[in-house]
Amino acid sequence: MTEATPGQTVGPFFHHALAFPGDSELVPFGSAGSVVLHGYVHDGAGVPVPDAMIEIRQADASGVVPREGGSLRRRGAGFTGWGRSCTDGAGHYWFSTIEPGLPFFAVTVFARGLLDRLFTRIYLPGTADAVDGLVATREDDGRLRFDIHLQGPSETPFFTFPRT
Amino acid sequence: MTTSQHEISDEIAKIQADSPKGAPLLDFPPYRSTTLRHPTKEPLHVDPEGAELVAPVFGHSDVAAVEADLTLQRGGDPIGERIRVHGRVLDGDGRPVRRQLVEIWQANAAGRYSHQGDQHPAPLDPHFTGVGRCLTDDDGRYSFTSIKPGPYPWRNHHNAWRPAHIHFSLFGTDFTQRLITQMYFPGDQLLALDPIAQSISDPAALARLIAAYDHSQSEHEWLLGYRWDIVLTGSHATYLEPSDD
Repeated sequence: MTEATPGQTVGPFFHHALAFPGDSELVPFGSAGSVVLHGYVHDGAGVPVPDAMIEIRQADASGVVPREGGSLRRRGAGFTGWGRSCTDGAGHYWFSTIEPGLPFFAVTVFARGLLDRLFTRIYLPGTADAVDGLVATREDDGRLRFDIHLQGPSETPFFTFPRT
Repeated sequence: MTTSQHEISDEIAKIQADSPKGAPLLDFPPYRSTTLRHPTKEPLHVDPEGAELVAPVFGHSDVAAVEADLTLQRGGDPIGERIRVHGRVLDGDGRPVRRQLVEIWQANAAGRYSHQGDQHPAPLDPHFTGVGRCLTDDDGRYSFTSIKPGPYPWRNHHNAWRPAHIHFSLFGTDFTQRLITQMYFPGDQLLALDPIAQSISDPAALARLIAAYDHSQSEHEWLLGYRWDIVLTGSHATYLEPSDD
């Protein structure tokens, strides 16, 4: 295998390049059948991380992972199964999406001060064989909540894959 | 008292005396902002499944051809040294990553980002946002026309300067190949002093982030060419045993 190009931090100045209208709306916010997946990103002192970026990749409701273009110009596009959310000043990220027919959202995390991307998963509530610590909570209003802790006593489990 | 470059360089040298690593160390105190932002637990070894095996797909409805020319986007010529940066995106097995999204962003020639958070007192360029996108072609090739970014100061330590760089965001064919990194320029004396670049302790791995001057791409009385090839991690598509379920 050829040696991979190393990663580097996304830095602080990525928003004007990577954020785009509708980036976190895999389906329009409030549309029929939509669900909000959201949470906060915290550092090791529990302080919100206002310069993180979360991406999710997921299957559609029937369990098929879409291979459709159109994520960057969502108007009129179908469900692409990919979204991006830059945290706000409170460290909050959110997606408007549908619940996948497979049990988890694949997740990547980027931030200033984080020298390489992190991989993790967010499982739907009630998933039988979910990895400990990676299950979203269903809030009273129906939203799915999952906080990401880069470090500390509640540190989120992150992944390495066979070929990464 | 503010830490000096000499002290930071000493810290870097002590860490690098250990076995060199080809990926950046996440726990790298010379880059001060890593202190509370690096995971401390070993990552879980997981076989990718489902959505992890399929990268998002982008097409010509997502990206306009003009977005690959950062010098055209603001109705006038940006100031600086005009460059072309081109290369190929390959997977870990050397296969081209075809028709996939490449996003870049960078400071202007004076070392200032067109970002509200950048307070460096260098001039903004009204004709330069420093943001570009393209899709790779069927051979995995990408090409951007831009302005050579300037180095800029940051507050990691006293008299800290980032080497000139272009941020690259890349996708492969698997979601697990996702990469965000920085491309550097050859001969930059700031690279050896920079805690972000030096978080890659293996010099051969760091060298893979440095573009090569490419005279074959320079254009007479117009621009200078640089070549930078990107290798993502391996695809799992042909690597994992098919699952029964």
